[in-house]
Amino acid sequence: MPTYYDPEDLNLFTSIGKDAPELARKFFDYYGAVFAEGALSAREKALIALAVAHTVQCPYCIDAYTRACLEQGSDLEEMTEALHVAGAIRGGATLVHGVQMRKIAEKLSL
Amino acid sequence: MGDPQPTDLEHFACALRRRGLSLNRGPCRALQINVGLLCDLACRHCHLEAGPGRTEVMSAATMAEVVAFARRGCFELVDITGGAPELVPGIANFLAQLSEVAPKLMLRSNLTALGGPQAEPLLQTCVSRRVALVVSFPALREAQVQSQRGAGVWEKSLAMLRRLNALGYGREGSDLELHLAVNPGGAFLPADQTATEKRYRRELLARWGIVFTRLFTLTNMPLGRFRRWLEQSGNDAAYLRALAQAFNAATLPGLMCREQLSVSWDGHVFDCDFHLAAGISLGETRTHVRDLPEPPAPGTPIAAADHCYACTAGAGFT
Repeated sequence: MPTYYDPEDLNLFTSIGKDAPELARKFFDYYGAVFAEGALSAREKALIALAVAHTVQCPYCIDAYTRACLEQGSDLEEMTEALHVAGAIRGGATLVHGVQMRKIAEKLSL
Repeated sequence: MGDPQPTDLEHFACALRRRGLSLNRGPCRALQINVGLLCDLACRHCHLEAGPGRTEVMSAATMAEVVAFARRGCFELVDITGGAPELVPGIANFLAQLSEVAPKLMLRSNLTALGGPQAEPLLQTCVSRRVALVVSFPALREAQVQSQRGAGVWEKSLAMLRRLNALGYGREGSDLELHLAVNPGGAFLPADQTATEKRYRRELLARWGIVFTRLFTLTNMPLGRFRRWLEQSGNDAAYLRALAQAFNAATLPGLMCREQLSVSWDGHVFDCDFHLAAGISLGETRTHVRDLPEPPAPGTPIAAADHCYACTAGAGFT
């Protein structure tokens, strides 16, 4: 059955440079530099990427960074904790906006 | 007998030719001896399909022929592997004899077989002959280790590492070398060796007070039990493609097969333990060590097979 998401499309990522090669080059250069070992290790960056991938719910990124985390030596316990960090921030972001709700409600209420 | 060929994978030999590369022997410095397929574990990544049900072990007669060949070959290193070498009758005496003909000995152990009472004489021999140990310790989490290697392995491994440390293995300033071998828990490439060593050193010391000399990350070889799992799980094509995509020409000069010779439990010679597992003989026909006057000369071509991609991926196979 056709679907918008095909796992094989991940291997075609670089084809986005077809009609804007210079912009693609800049993006992939930047992307490579971001994930290079720096103040954070490649392993730490892969775990952050995995958490963000789940936050933006990008299946390509989840596929790529699950593999990257495993290849960087992370295990499922660490990867699951990274997801909970993302989940906690998402949940927290929802709930902290409740302060706005309360302020507005208090202003409008007798 | 060779590897089954995933349809879209360029044969390793073609990949070398296309790049103007070749795979030939250098000076033969190491003799790797696979003393048998009997093992107390049946690890899911085992390229040899070793396990408790295997009966293939090196006989006393073959051991004598191997020692004689080791003497003829003037090797710098003798590397003992299995299966579980600890379970092979006469292994301690075999090591003692080999230590007379080679300056350095290395024993590969799964840690669990080294803990049994039958292994005590071997352990004492290892200490007295200063045999370096390369031990399997694939993860820092119990669940991950046991999913790969079986129930009960985690605690036995930790206990044996502590015991080895108590004997002086892996301690700073000690000449008793204790190296950890870490392989991925599935169809993906190994982590960076330097970063992994740093993490294991920190965590093993902090959590269990364990120290070691060095750590080696190993790539899972698409052969034997692991190959079957790859096929059953539908990971075979993608895994082989990942290995091929990670081909690094810079690994060629340092490949193990260039400087070593592997001997099987029944005394036949191979370029490496992986060709041994795949049944790819050294040269045109199967050769026994008793019929080999000396190691192959530098420049001798090495057989290429698709599992060779595992040794040339990324930083290469140690």
